[in-house]
Amino acid sequence: MTLIPFPSKKISKKIVEFNINNEIVELAIRPNDLLLDVIRYKLNLTGTKRGCDMGTCGCCTVIIDDKPVLSCLTLAMQVQDKKIKTIESLQENENMHPIQECFHTEGGSQCGFCTPGFIMTSFALLKENKNPTKEEIKEAISGNMCRCTGYIKIVDSIKKASEKIRGKKSE
Amino acid sequence: MSHTVGKKTPLVDGAQKVTGRAVYIDDIVLPGKVMLIGKILRSPFAHAKIKKIDYSKAKKLKGVYAIATAEDSDNRFGVLPITKDETAFAIDKVTFIGDQIAAVAATDEETAIKALDLIQVEYEELPPILKPEKSLAPISHPDQKIQPWSKYEGNIFKTVNQSFGNVEKALKKSSVVKNGKFSFNGVTHAFTEPMGVIASYGSDKKLTVWSSTQVPHYLHRALAEVMEMPMHRIKVIRPYVGGGFGGKSDPFPHEMAAAILSKKTGKPVKILFDRDEVFISNHGRHPTKTEMQMSATKDGEFTSLEIDALIDGGAWGSFGVITTYYNGVLSLGPYKIKNFNYNGNRVYTNKPASGAMRGHGAVNSRFAVETLIDEIAEDIDFDPCDLRIQNAYEPNSTTANGFRITSCGIKECIEKVKIASGWDKKFKQMPYGKGIGIGCGFYISGSALPINWERMPQSTVHVKIDFDGGVTVHSLAAEIGQGSDTVLAQCVGEVLKCDMSRIRIYSKNTDTAPIDLGSYSSRVTFMAGLAAKRAAEKIKKQILNAASKIMASPIENLELKNDRITELKTKSSISFNEAVREALHDSGALHGKGHYQAPNLNPGLPRVDELRGKESEKGAPMGGSHKGAAAGLSPSYSMGAYVCQLEVDAETGLVNVEKVWAAHDCGKALNPLAVEGQIEGCIHMGLGQALMESFDYNRNTGRIENPNFLDYRCIPPTMMPDVDVFMIESGDPEGPFGAKEAGEGPILPILPAVANAIYDAVGIRLRNLPMTPEKIISAIAKKK
Repeated sequence: MTLIPFPSKKISKKIVEFNINNEIVELAIRPNDLLLDVIRYKLNLTGTKRGCDMGTCGCCTVIIDDKPVLSCLTLAMQVQDKKIKTIESLQENENMHPIQECFHTEGGSQCGFCTPGFIMTSFALLKENKNPTKEEIKEAISGNMCRCTGYIKIVDSIKKASEKIRGKKSE
Repeated sequence: MSHTVGKKTPLVDGAQKVTGRAVYIDDIVLPGKVMLIGKILRSPFAHAKIKKIDYSKAKKLKGVYAIATAEDSDNRFGVLPITKDETAFAIDKVTFIGDQIAAVAATDEETAIKALDLIQVEYEELPPILKPEKSLAPISHPDQKIQPWSKYEGNIFKTVNQSFGNVEKALKKSSVVKNGKFSFNGVTHAFTEPMGVIASYGSDKKLTVWSSTQVPHYLHRALAEVMEMPMHRIKVIRPYVGGGFGGKSDPFPHEMAAAILSKKTGKPVKILFDRDEVFISNHGRHPTKTEMQMSATKDGEFTSLEIDALIDGGAWGSFGVITTYYNGVLSLGPYKIKNFNYNGNRVYTNKPASGAMRGHGAVNSRFAVETLIDEIAEDIDFDPCDLRIQNAYEPNSTTANGFRITSCGIKECIEKVKIASGWDKKFKQMPYGKGIGIGCGFYISGSALPINWERMPQSTVHVKIDFDGGVTVHSLAAEIGQGSDTVLAQCVGEVLKCDMSRIRIYSKNTDTAPIDLGSYSSRVTFMAGLAAKRAAEKIKKQILNAASKIMASPIENLELKNDRITELKTKSSISFNEAVREALHDSGALHGKGHYQAPNLNPGLPRVDELRGKESEKGAPMGGSHKGAAAGLSPSYSMGAYVCQLEVDAETGLVNVEKVWAAHDCGKALNPLAVEGQIEGCIHMGLGQALMESFDYNRNTGRIENPNFLDYRCIPPTMMPDVDVFMIESGDPEGPFGAKEAGEGPILPILPAVANAIYDAVGIRLRNLPMTPEKIISAIAKKK
């Protein structure tokens, strides 16, 4: 956790209400609280990872109103009334979400630390673009950093997931 | 047909990772909200005496529970027992910017940071020694000695002089001699998970330490020394680890600090690094200056190799003794080079320590060797691929310094990528700006000589089967994303022919796991894999014995396959569980123990001989008797050859790597999915060092100038080339199911392949890494 220094000794909190993983929460938030810290340490949703605190690694990516957002660069104050989705909400029944499944079976995840961030970015991409090309995938994930895979199997995983999702829809 | 080995196997812990359920160090919450947060006070100077530390004000701050300094512990530790030069906190002087001076434990991070500000340290600045050349010079005043215990002159940490054959004689019969001065900037691991540790000293006077580490066993040892506690009262737990690449393979001062603070407060203490602290901690690839000379006859026979390496170790020893040897000896394969001189110096400087990083010690020298080979080829008008094949070792060879090469698929690797890349139609034939190049590699599958010279196996694995029919595997090999848990499951599953879902791996806890030295030097598949296989074989015997009883048929007539045991004559069969239950009757849970100890190493070294007396009868002896003969000795060596095709924009200097054909001889790919992943990841990391990654220091102050991912740039997805992977399976005679390493060796060929391709594209030879656009443009301009 990196703290943004705040001048006054007594920091007044504000109640912020938002929807996270289809649950409405109301939290007392300080103006300098980062969304990432709130998600990880207040709500204990630890699937969202903290890698750099400056928006360079993408490990903290969550979905806010259908867009992938770096939660380490977002103040918690900013999410009033917004809809947030984290990695924990993707699986909705006994099976993993197709993106999760493909990252698993295609080798898109090695150490796994960047994986939730990549999966959330992919989720947003595939919502917007059902059949992205390799180049479009590379472009979309260029804000996420992975040191294990060389991105090749991540791109494969997303490609395969897009096929799976499309296949399911046409069934 | 194999049961699981050789099949693409998703990681056994993968489902946890993709669902966000995997628990990494920062995800651990201890019950009761009792955990304190630790923060570290770091030195602002690269070299200074500590005159006074006053933490009285900090101690009075509300919420501060304890402050620890060198007063609390002055025991030395370090990963190599012969060069323990680290302490939990700096004693009397600081040796790099970021050196750990004190640590605070407080209720929360904010309070801890405030407390750090209140600690007053009085320094007497000393001139920092930042250039490695300067560290070679004798010192004129004791203050100039960075680490006072070093026995070498000046600030030299380790000197290695080795000579094999006769270089002078060889030069006389050579018709081409090529030499060059190379320089390599430091690079760092850049794993995505920052290091972190939680220490909990309990009222039972036992210490539990969770840490993001590749080497729980070495951490266990270091904690015992620093805390002056017996090892049996310490437990190390490795949670999920978010990448390592060598950067988490030392015991670290922050781990000691957390343990000390927890003991002082009686509460659990967590220390988590910010990204800049990860950079400060470094232990990345050594900045190195290498002078190299290589000679050959006009018929294309390599005759000699001379290497002079100046290796910048930073402020600590780390794995440095090994690094110093590896910069020389790992150049003695995969080609027959019989005459060899090596002079290597690793020196201390006032910078964050360098250490082990993927391809440890081999990457920089390999770059130089492989580019000189291309220059030789051009001079004597040989095709670079053919020249390499002509000089490559055959299986069952011995190198000039006594490395025993068993399986050896280097020629096949070269032939494979040569054909696949369409080399014969491309090399020297593409338009200006487009180029193709080759590079090869050679690496160890674990070090045959363990770091601690003890009569103890390098890997031990326990397998347990109880009434539930589940197969529990206990090991301390560290899963850090490379798939070590999965490969152990495969080795056990292949023997027991059981459903893979039966197998569960417990590899996180020193209390329950038999010792394994950890995940470094590409040793896990080979050593822990063999131990797992042997443990499973023992259990298989017990199961078959029981089946034999039930089926009233001798073991020879029974076949274990797909969770069933079949009597081959009658074709009647029983289930795995039936046999297990029969075996359990009257005895309880089945146990199988397997271990691995490398075969005899150096007949010439009496101590090792004594240690290895019994093993030597089993394995062929290997290694010479000269000083340092054990460095780089491995039970097996991996090899590889890559061809890289790229385009250089002569206007901007930008390099676009279009395609890589990568052949790696891993003996046998136990899990092709993971092997491919390792090779592709290596190419990513190697391209980074070749083209853009650089650990930059301020020349005057020694401060890291780019301790974040904005300024320390890695290859982004959009710059990754297409890669065709070829897994060459030479079938190692000693590896588990024929396997050898695939985690580090695959980084070696890519760097020189890029450099050689750049030469083919625009006719320039760069000898300084990274080969940035600036350097490329200026070299092109100079050529014109």
